[in-house]
Amino acid sequence: MRRYWWKILSVILLVYAFVAGFLVKLPHQVAYEESNMYETMRNFFFHVPMWFSQMALLTVSIVYSIRYLRKPGIKNDLIALEFARAATVLGCLGLITGAIWANYTWGSPWSNDPKQIGAAIALLIYFAYFVLRNSVVDMDKRGRIAAVYNIFAYFMYIPLIMILPRMVESLHPGGKGVEGNPALSGGSLDPAMRAIFWPAVLGWTLLGTWIATLWIRTGLLIEKKHEERLFK
Amino acid sequence: MKRILTVLILMLIGFSSAIAQENENAKEATGLRADGKIYVVILVVVTILLGLFLYVIRLDRKISKLEKNEKM
Repeated sequence: MRRYWWKILSVILLVYAFVAGFLVKLPHQVAYEESNMYETMRNFFFHVPMWFSQMALLTVSIVYSIRYLRKPGIKNDLIALEFARAATVLGCLGLITGAIWANYTWGSPWSNDPKQIGAAIALLIYFAYFVLRNSVVDMDKRGRIAAVYNIFAYFMYIPLIMILPRMVESLHPGGKGVEGNPALSGGSLDPAMRAIFWPAVLGWTLLGTWIATLWIRTGLLIEKKHEERLFK
Repeated sequence: MKRILTVLILMLIGFSSAIAQENENAKEATGLRADGKIYVVILVVVTILLGLFLYVIRLDRKISKLEKNEKM
């Protein structure tokens, strides 16, 4: 019997975040006086968890790529691939929602903000991962090249979204370089907002994992069918 | 399929009762019309979310069934 409690948890957490995200009282000082976010500050509960859960899923992906290199097998390769795929879907959604939010607070959907550029390059690096995989026909070679590339991609991705945006000025709140990660953080968030944000992150991570496991199980079924056809 | 239909019907009933409230008291905002009607947005967003989950759950069940067939 498959354990499915975490799937229920994902449903509960996301429904909670979607209801509470609309109802919570925003800190007036931050939303209305220090910035022009106003009610769009609520996007914090929907846009930002995309990036956090993307990072969590990509971390799972790189772990399985390393495991593949240590012990090659179809399963490790498949897990690394599908987790990267789910993470890339979340990344695309994060970029789109970010552009929508930016249009109404920064005045333009794309203003070459360092974080925007970094996130876009990171996504392109992962697009290349899928293209690279599919361009190799030999199964063992494909797995090994993909795993090595995935490890490199992860160590490009982290500086692009975590380190570079901290070194330059950003339009993201708190983005003055020395103040840390450019995003809503620290004093601008009250406990009530944190109590919605972190459940949302966990909920999206679990949903991403859920969808990734569906792809993995489908991939394993297809693989089994292939083997049966080969050995019959 | 049946389950989806039941959910849809229940939702329709919910919406129609919300619309029925509209005519009763136009001046006083209560229920779903209170607080700038933000509750309506919540209802819409949660409906979409639940629809998405329903889809994923059905997919999960279907794959489980295939896996069971494969083992036999």
